[in-house]
Amino acid sequence: MTIDPNPSQNGSYAVRIADLCRHYQMGETLIRAVDGVSLQVGSGEFVALLGSSGSGKSSLLNLIAGLDRPTSGAVIVEDRDLARLSREELAKYRLRTVGMVFQSFNLVSRMTLAENVELPLRFAEVDRGQRSALTRQALERVGLSGRTSHRPSELSGGEQQRAALARALINQPKLLLADEPTGNLDSHTGAEIMNFLREFNESLGMTIVMVTHERTLAERYARRMIFLADGKLTDDQPNSAAVNTSMLGERG
Amino acid sequence: MKAYDLTELALRNLRESSLRNSLTTIGISVGVASLVAMLSLGIGLQKLATRRLVSSGLFDTVVVMSRRDLRGFGRDDERNTATAAESRTLDESSRQEIERLPDVLEAYPDIRFITELRYLDKPHLTMVSGIPASARSSDAFAGIPGSFFSSDNASEVILQKSFAMELLGKTPKPGQEDDIPVAELARPLLGQELTMRYAQRMPSPSSTSDASTADAAKAKSGRASAPNENESAPEAGYSVVSREQKLKIVGVSDLDPDSMRGAARARAFLPLKLAEDLHVMQPSDLRDSMRGFSKQPTYSTISVRVKNPKQVEAVEQVIKKMGFNTFSILDATRSLRQFFTILDLFLGIFGSLALAVASIGIVNTLVMAILERRREIGIMKAIGASDGDVKKLFFAEAGAMGALGGVVGVALGWTIGHVINLGTNIYLKRQALPPESFWSVPWWLVGAAIVFAFVVSLVSGLYPAARAARLDPVRALRYE
Repeated sequence: MTIDPNPSQNGSYAVRIADLCRHYQMGETLIRAVDGVSLQVGSGEFVALLGSSGSGKSSLLNLIAGLDRPTSGAVIVEDRDLARLSREELAKYRLRTVGMVFQSFNLVSRMTLAENVELPLRFAEVDRGQRSALTRQALERVGLSGRTSHRPSELSGGEQQRAALARALINQPKLLLADEPTGNLDSHTGAEIMNFLREFNESLGMTIVMVTHERTLAERYARRMIFLADGKLTDDQPNSAAVNTSMLGERG
Repeated sequence: MKAYDLTELALRNLRESSLRNSLTTIGISVGVASLVAMLSLGIGLQKLATRRLVSSGLFDTVVVMSRRDLRGFGRDDERNTATAAESRTLDESSRQEIERLPDVLEAYPDIRFITELRYLDKPHLTMVSGIPASARSSDAFAGIPGSFFSSDNASEVILQKSFAMELLGKTPKPGQEDDIPVAELARPLLGQELTMRYAQRMPSPSSTSDASTADAAKAKSGRASAPNENESAPEAGYSVVSREQKLKIVGVSDLDPDSMRGAARARAFLPLKLAEDLHVMQPSDLRDSMRGFSKQPTYSTISVRVKNPKQVEAVEQVIKKMGFNTFSILDATRSLRQFFTILDLFLGIFGSLALAVASIGIVNTLVMAILERRREIGIMKAIGASDGDVKKLFFAEAGAMGALGGVVGVALGWTIGHVINLGTNIYLKRQALPPESFWSVPWWLVGAAIVFAFVVSLVSGLYPAARAARLDPVRALRYE
């Protein structure tokens, strides 16, 4: 399946993936981490990428994030094929279009929370005054206004992941990519993070692609579940069971 | 990333692994310090040598001679009147003309004659020379036991050490070292009186001359310069009269007469004005007598002191155009300058070696930092840092270490230099020698050393920075 790169027909898609392959050479063997995947993610969707470990879901996410380059195929975001972007353009894409959250939080340990959250703004060359205002806002949004001068090691896992969320939000990206965001958290704090993701999806209209191996989590929050195995797409199904915020409100 | 943010982040990162980074910075400091120390030593030695040479008077002096004199040497009978018209007599008016030239401090005649000095009724034959007042500050006369002449026509004399020994009857046997301190020699002599007997030249009214009278004059004046000769020669255009002059010994100089400026190669020194006024028979008078006697005094050579050794060449050219022959030791300074350039180069190379070792330290520290901060680099790239941002960050860290190391190194080098200078001066003092500053840290060296350290650090940062920038974020983030 190929995708027409003409933007006018596909304006409502956040991500379009066509025949995407990512092969690694590991010694003698060729590993097909992503092997001919094609799919589209609409703007404002909340998609879960499911699969066992080694299924290629994280590799696919890295390709969407512009952290990795495909062996073949195309990833089209905002009418641009990431495979054709220069390293410089790809860095800009990661800076402006994508926000990323990782299983291991990936905060810079030597920096305070505020500095961590502020870091993308430095790369975006935002002025200092504006920077601190935006940082404060983002930290408030995830409920961390009181802990801005702490270092990551002084915080709980949930707090660290909230800071990582604030950092992912700070440049107001269209696309939020989460790689097992609750993998290192207990179920309570995990739910906290998932609620933030859902809130961003619903209130900010952010497109979310989340990698997880927990089917229950996906069923509870994602609107669409895509299954991967051995680098291939095995299933792609909408999830009407997902609970949205208004329902939570009724229940609560 | 903006420059300010970059610097802030870089300094922040440097503070984080402070031990390793400060050790690296110290490494650079030591490199810069050795560079500064070596070059300061070279520059200082050069300055010292120049200072010494300038005060010796050899390098800022142009000796002016009449062309006639030169042509005359050994070829007395071959007188070419056509070229004689182009050359000029070296007389008082030309001396004044030379003295008025720009960049000329003074022009004084070289007055030297061999005559008899009596001390305690014992005659001593020696070379006597007139010394200008400006020689007061020269090496030969500064800080001598006793004092310099009280005025430019005082009846005073300064003795050279070997002559002082002769007067005291302490002349060392050949091959024996004279190790009597000059101060000890001076003690019995200062304030004593010498009697100088000399042949005075007096103009005579009949100034006609021909070949035969010139020959006669030559014969007579040859005898006239010898002691105990009292005879006049009116047919030569002037008469020679034997005279006596009492002189008070005011000082003793221990400078080797051979190392002094040409005119001063003598063993007894008189104030210049006094020496001039005595009108002692000069060798040049013989030639003057052959071509007619002029009313104003003529000189065989004039010493011209120039404000700065650098201007010697230009002044020489001007004087040559005036129709005189000149001589200076400029070529000697030229080769000396060449020597010091090579010395500086070698010292600089040795200093740079230390800095090269230090720069390997920077490479090592930054490469280690990349390994240690792999994950951090991966994170920065994942959240949008470009290759350039990462590269610049490592560059800034290298540059900051270099600049800091440069500043500390210059301070360290300066301190080391002063300690060495101090130590040497203590040693010199023990050897009863005057203190000497052979250490010089010019401002340009301070600036250049810091800039050099900075540039070397940036160059050292090239490879680590490029390596950090190339890091694959996916692999960096997978790395635990």
